[in-house]
Amino acid sequence: MSQHRTRITRRTAIGAGVAVAALGGRAFAQAAKYGPGASATEIKLGQTMPYSGPASAYGTIGKVEQAYFKMINDNGGINGRKVNLISLDDGYSPPKTVEQVRRLVEQDEVLALYQTLGTPSNSAIHKYVNAKKVPHLLLATGATKWGDPKDYPWTIGFNLTYQSEGQIYAKWLLKNKPNAKIGILYQNDDYGKDVLKGVKDGLGAAGAKMIVKEVTYEVTDPTIDSQILTLQSSGADTFIDITTPKFGAQAVRKAYDSGWKPLHILNNVSASIGSVLVPAGVEKAVGAITVAYYKDQNDPQWKDDPAMLEWRAFMGRYYREGDPKDNSNLYGYLTAQVMTQILKQCGNDLTRENVMRQAANLKNLKLPLLLPGMVINTSPNDYFLFDQAQLQRFTGTQWQLFGELISTDSR
Amino acid sequence: MVALNRRQLVGLALVLVLACALPFFVANYRVFQMTLVLAYAIALLGLNMLTGYNGQISLGHGAFYAIGAYTAAILMDKAGWPYWATVPVAGAICFAAGFLFGLPALRLEGLYLALATFALGVAMPQILKHKAIEHWTGGVQGITIVKPDAPEWTGLSQDRWLYFFCLAWVLVLFVLGWNLLRGRIGRAMVAVRDQPIAAQAMGVNTAMVKSLTFGVSALYTGVAGALAAIAVQFVAPDSFNFLLSITLLTGVVIGGLASISGAFFGAVFIQFVPNVADEISKAAPWAIYGIVLIAFMYAMPTGVAGFVRLARARLARRRAGQAVR
Repeated sequence: MSQHRTRITRRTAIGAGVAVAALGGRAFAQAAKYGPGASATEIKLGQTMPYSGPASAYGTIGKVEQAYFKMINDNGGINGRKVNLISLDDGYSPPKTVEQVRRLVEQDEVLALYQTLGTPSNSAIHKYVNAKKVPHLLLATGATKWGDPKDYPWTIGFNLTYQSEGQIYAKWLLKNKPNAKIGILYQNDDYGKDVLKGVKDGLGAAGAKMIVKEVTYEVTDPTIDSQILTLQSSGADTFIDITTPKFGAQAVRKAYDSGWKPLHILNNVSASIGSVLVPAGVEKAVGAITVAYYKDQNDPQWKDDPAMLEWRAFMGRYYREGDPKDNSNLYGYLTAQVMTQILKQCGNDLTRENVMRQAANLKNLKLPLLLPGMVINTSPNDYFLFDQAQLQRFTGTQWQLFGELISTDSR
Repeated sequence: MVALNRRQLVGLALVLVLACALPFFVANYRVFQMTLVLAYAIALLGLNMLTGYNGQISLGHGAFYAIGAYTAAILMDKAGWPYWATVPVAGAICFAAGFLFGLPALRLEGLYLALATFALGVAMPQILKHKAIEHWTGGVQGITIVKPDAPEWTGLSQDRWLYFFCLAWVLVLFVLGWNLLRGRIGRAMVAVRDQPIAAQAMGVNTAMVKSLTFGVSALYTGVAGALAAIAVQFVAPDSFNFLLSITLLTGVVIGGLASISGAFFGAVFIQFVPNVADEISKAAPWAIYGIVLIAFMYAMPTGVAGFVRLARARLARRRAGQAVR
């Protein structure tokens, strides 16, 4: 039986070869199409990760993603093809990223790049990958510039963008606290300005009245105490805090100790309980608000959530050395699920063009690790995966979701 | 002045022929890596003048590398200069910066100088992000520059052309460096390193020699930074963190202190060993790097160049001590 089948397959294959030759290589309706990095047995993906250097804490993302594809391969791969994710160290140094990405594209000939991490590293390869027409997918950074299909049609980011986050805070304030007097502190770089732009876009015309004071700090500043006091004396009752973890902790402490005690909107970058709120003093952060778009494994309400149990089982089986408390391990798993969906959608047309077409054609994709009700949508004109998110409030021990999903403006 | 003997000249010519032929046998991506090796080699020669020949330890040469890179990027991106014109300017600016930094640094000896230069290396990424110069440097975003095309008559790919462009700079700078180090000034530099008081008594202007060495060293490193920036097509503060300075010093020591050919060995080391380490272990690439480093230092305490020199001397059944310094 099996021999018989083999013979037919071989005959068919020969026939197909003849037909293709006869047609002068013209496309064959049923036949699989392969671009660089894809074959009947394998799909090659590439990425750079900071396994060494100042951002090496994020290296676990690359490892959990490799573990995920190991699991996929053990279960038969995607449409019968094994996924080979080549993950290289760039030490968070842009010149090294350029070198490693050129290796992935020119030597390893990967089908697509996936989850390259960091804003500076991705900036360094942005032009190159678009000139080479290599899909540059699900970048691990929140900058808004990765969703620019007109100028950079080969690049799609993953994270909820900084601008979307800012918009969501603004929309919630407009609805729930329209008379807020807002004081804003932001880091003086493209990240801080990105969130700020989202806030201002979201507030629209009301912004001029509602924002009473804006102050900035440099990443090199030792403290931000004087900025907090400036905001306090401006009479603001709402504090939009766009800071990175060290300054986030300082802001939480100072806004409380100075007796200001505003409604504290703390951006997601600094929402880590372990590295921001505990050092600042959890009692000083009670009532702070931040945004979320996927589940937090440290949140007790998801303790018996089926998706969470599945993730924990995966961690136990495929990535035992990974820390199950580290949110990066959940994040990496989630992005790998999206990548898997894109590759599934490609079917047997594994060309770079089709990968890009499918990445820009995710329709109502629901993943169980996203917050309930959240869906992923992309289109050729909209490269942003997420246009909704929910707010959560700090109880003193954990973040607790409240309210409904808030959508950003359509772009 | 020690001239090269005929064997050495033939050897050099062979290496040069090889260097010209190699890019035609490997992929563009490899050519790009080789271009970076050439740029590093220039930087290492520069640092070696200062540390190897003159005995001043610098933990901040990444800063000069950054100044060179940013000079090239800003001139190309904001002022529309052609890429080839930016390299000498980068060198000149770094010479001035190095010379000026060398003046106050004269009062500092050994470890104190190392710390002062370290401060420069640590501060540089933050200086580059500073608001006052943000419209020039592009802040944290950095600057993306357009990759230069090869002139049409060459018919070369962009990468191969850049390789030969760098190779030309390597030739010029190494011939100049060779002349400088083997001549009167080179001897003065070594004398200041080994016997500063005796050197002064012989009429060497120690202060001038030290400052000038600092300047020339920075010039070489700046040219290297500019060449690397043109090849990488991108500069950002994160490209030039303090680790770069340490990496350069590692390259100098691995290659061989006070050795001209050592610059190439060191450059190959700092370009490729991190890649090898990453291949071996994702969990601890730096541990692997460290082990390789220790192995090198243990097996070749005078650097690769020193090792080659010893091996050659032994092969020729000559006394090791006769090898030229």
